[in-house]
Amino acid sequence: MDLTYIVVTLVKLAILFGVLMTTLAYLQWIERKVIAHIQLRPGPYRVGWHGLLQPLADVIKLITKEGMIPSHVHKVVYILAPFLAVTLALVSICVIPFGPQISFSVAGRQISTWLQMTDLRIGAIFVLAVSAVGVYGVALAGWSSNNKYSLLGGLRSSAQMISYELPMALALVCPLLLANTLSFRDIVLWQGGFYFGFIPHWNVFQVFPLQIIAFILFLIASFAETNRIPFDLPEAENELVAGFHTEYSSMNFASFFMAEYCNMVTVTCVSTLLFLGGWLPPFPAPWSDYVAPAVFLLAGLVSMWAALNPARPKDKYTFPVVALASFGLVALFLAGEFAFPIINQIAMPLFWFCAKTGGLLFVWIWVRGTLPRFRYDQLMRFAWTFMFPVGVVVMLATGAVVALLPR
Amino acid sequence: MDTALFIVFAVIALLCGINLVVQTHPISSALSLIGVMGALAVLYLLLGAEFLAAAQMIVYAGAIMVLFVFVIMLLNAGAERVTPTRQLVKVMGVPLMAVFLGIVAFIIQGLLPRSELVWFGGFQGGGPREVGIALFTRYLLPFEVTSVLILIAIIGAIVLAQREID
Repeated sequence: MDLTYIVVTLVKLAILFGVLMTTLAYLQWIERKVIAHIQLRPGPYRVGWHGLLQPLADVIKLITKEGMIPSHVHKVVYILAPFLAVTLALVSICVIPFGPQISFSVAGRQISTWLQMTDLRIGAIFVLAVSAVGVYGVALAGWSSNNKYSLLGGLRSSAQMISYELPMALALVCPLLLANTLSFRDIVLWQGGFYFGFIPHWNVFQVFPLQIIAFILFLIASFAETNRIPFDLPEAENELVAGFHTEYSSMNFASFFMAEYCNMVTVTCVSTLLFLGGWLPPFPAPWSDYVAPAVFLLAGLVSMWAALNPARPKDKYTFPVVALASFGLVALFLAGEFAFPIINQIAMPLFWFCAKTGGLLFVWIWVRGTLPRFRYDQLMRFAWTFMFPVGVVVMLATGAVVALLPR
Repeated sequence: MDTALFIVFAVIALLCGINLVVQTHPISSALSLIGVMGALAVLYLLLGAEFLAAAQMIVYAGAIMVLFVFVIMLLNAGAERVTPTRQLVKVMGVPLMAVFLGIVAFIIQGLLPRSELVWFGGFQGGGPREVGIALFTRYLLPFEVTSVLILIAIIGAIVLAQREID
């Protein structure tokens, strides 16, 4: 435990925390924008360009509001609940690897580190354990508020989380069985390589239909675990006012949202790592380095075209900025390719990781924009009579394949 | 470092355990029990039994205690009334209890063989692989017997609940 290690860890921690907090704030903005466009309206538009400063305005509003504690609440638990929710949501991000090992030299000192806070031997079940305890934030908030709607929300949440934890764990076991390890780092490294030179060796493409089923089961169960539509019964606003957080205000209220978005980020990261190959590129090595600059070049060209043919008067000013940013990223990636390998070493894995996680997050928002909510009995029946048996069958079949086929 | 962590979490476990008994409200007691389990999980981690620690969190703190809390919330159990105890019990109870526990601890320490001090990283066999191998080879019979026992308990619960509904 030398000084270099401590400094590197602190720097990683600071970067991760800053990026995560910004992501949480802007995920809210992206969600509002995407849902608005699904419903044919512009969404947040007033604060900053296309409402880009809306998250900042929201945060300032929430921080400066008075935090009320209603009478007749169980004070200790009432204050503890949002704290618990946000802490447990943030903890599991520390075992997520965002990229491979990188090595560089600073001030004549050779430093080699992974783009990950720490790698546990039990990484996958650590995430499961934290999410299992995470239900207390919601359940206790509902109970301590001394409000029947909150209590119903808390009750629904605890029953739902226990039920959906089972199919989630069963689906999670499949890639673990294939990779024969619980450490996220080793799971991703195991998924490297290509079948026939072009189909990536990701878990979702393995043992053909089984792992796709496991992936879909995992996604559905994680929707329920994060209390999102179509499983957002705990906060069903047209039945329960706002569900478990009805009695909360100011930052206490915001921390439940932070916890929800953070859980979303965590489960999308975990599904990326387990099923979609983590930071590994989907194309064989010689091309994959050019995909990222090509994508950003395309984005820049489209933005330039939109700026030259403005649909709204504002577009003349906003789209050139987007185009400039895209071309800047292209330049960065090309510089990494030809001049400074260190940039590519960091930027390429991060690009693919963010692309996959971002795609999954978009699916999360897309589902919220399109699907209605389950009824409670439908939700329970779906978990116990469909998801659970399918999960058991998929797990047993994967186990049989792993046991029978020569490796 | 290990000793400091052990003392911190052992004290937390003890305090939560005392709080569990002292509290009159069921939810507070349940929360203290979760605290005990969390502290115990950390103690397992310190011994190198990482899989056991995670299983402790998933099964006990995650599943069983959520069910406890769920039932308490569903029944809306209020704080229990404390029946007034006699003065003599209050005065004599605590010292007698301490003496009794001290004697028990002394006897147990005498019965057990002298053990060495364990330290963090000294034991490597606590990973999922080692636990699985031990469970499915050496301890296969107890493992299967336990699962049959749990199955019997589940069927018994269903039968009892069914009679209640009919």
